[in-house]
Amino acid sequence: MLTQSKNQEQLLHWIDMVSLMMVDLTLYLDTHPYDADAIDHFNHYQALYKKAMKEYAENFEPLTLSTSTPEHVWCWGLSRNPWERGIS
Amino acid sequence: MFNYEKRLQYPINICQKNPAAAAIIISQYGGPDGELGASLRYLSQRYTMPYREVAGLLTDIAVEELGHLEMVSTLVYQLTDGLSPEEIKASGYDKYFVDHTLGVYPQAAAGFPFSASSFQSKGDPITDLYEDMAAEQKARTTYDNILRLVKDPDIIDPIRFLRAREIVHFQRFGEALRIVTDRLNEKNFYAINPAYDIFPKRK
Repeated sequence: MLTQSKNQEQLLHWIDMVSLMMVDLTLYLDTHPYDADAIDHFNHYQALYKKAMKEYAENFEPLTLSTSTPEHVWCWGLSRNPWERGIS
Repeated sequence: MFNYEKRLQYPINICQKNPAAAAIIISQYGGPDGELGASLRYLSQRYTMPYREVAGLLTDIAVEELGHLEMVSTLVYQLTDGLSPEEIKASGYDKYFVDHTLGVYPQAAAGFPFSASSFQSKGDPITDLYEDMAAEQKARTTYDNILRLVKDPDIIDPIRFLRAREIVHFQRFGEALRIVTDRLNEKNFYAINPAYDIFPKRK
């Protein structure tokens, strides 16, 4: 359980990092829409983000409705809220 | 439309309750230069921004500000969660507590509630972008002031992150202003309001 929560924390931290790169590149590209190098960077981080979000939903809990795959229990509603202490 | 992502933009884990810090940090939730005003300002201004990429920038920054709003309110919540009546009285948090208990309410540190009077949507691209650049600097100064008053590393780490984002937004709005002026009469940027005098399909 300890190992699982450590892995969960690490994966969430990874999502925070690659997502911030996407956010920052998005704002840059809004004012530099023809910068091909920045577009390459955006595509790179977006691929990492998509993979990590899917992995997080499969192993822990969904962070978005689009990665949510409910079967018998509505995990989206029962999962941790971001303002709770611990993993955030 | 908007979708929710069930995580913070940057992690917040406060170990030590600190109502005095919460009472000043709440200003970035509902105060005059706070994240709620920032987001509503950009969301409101984007409709009459006649240049598509600048309207897109306003949208994207407004969305990030909503994430910052969630971070600031998380700080307030965690800093006050579990306070006893004695701790509330001793810290001066009683004036907030009497009206809101430990609920999170958008107000300034001085106690006045959130007001749209703290921002403009003027319908003039140059006017609005100057306001936006000023707003990012005002928010940065507010975070600087919080960093002068608070020393707990659990608190100042996310506050420093928020401060850094204000600087990035200022830079991007500066570029947006340049995009706008590049398309106007370089001898007199203020001869017309491009949102009102050029773009509308008025007869």
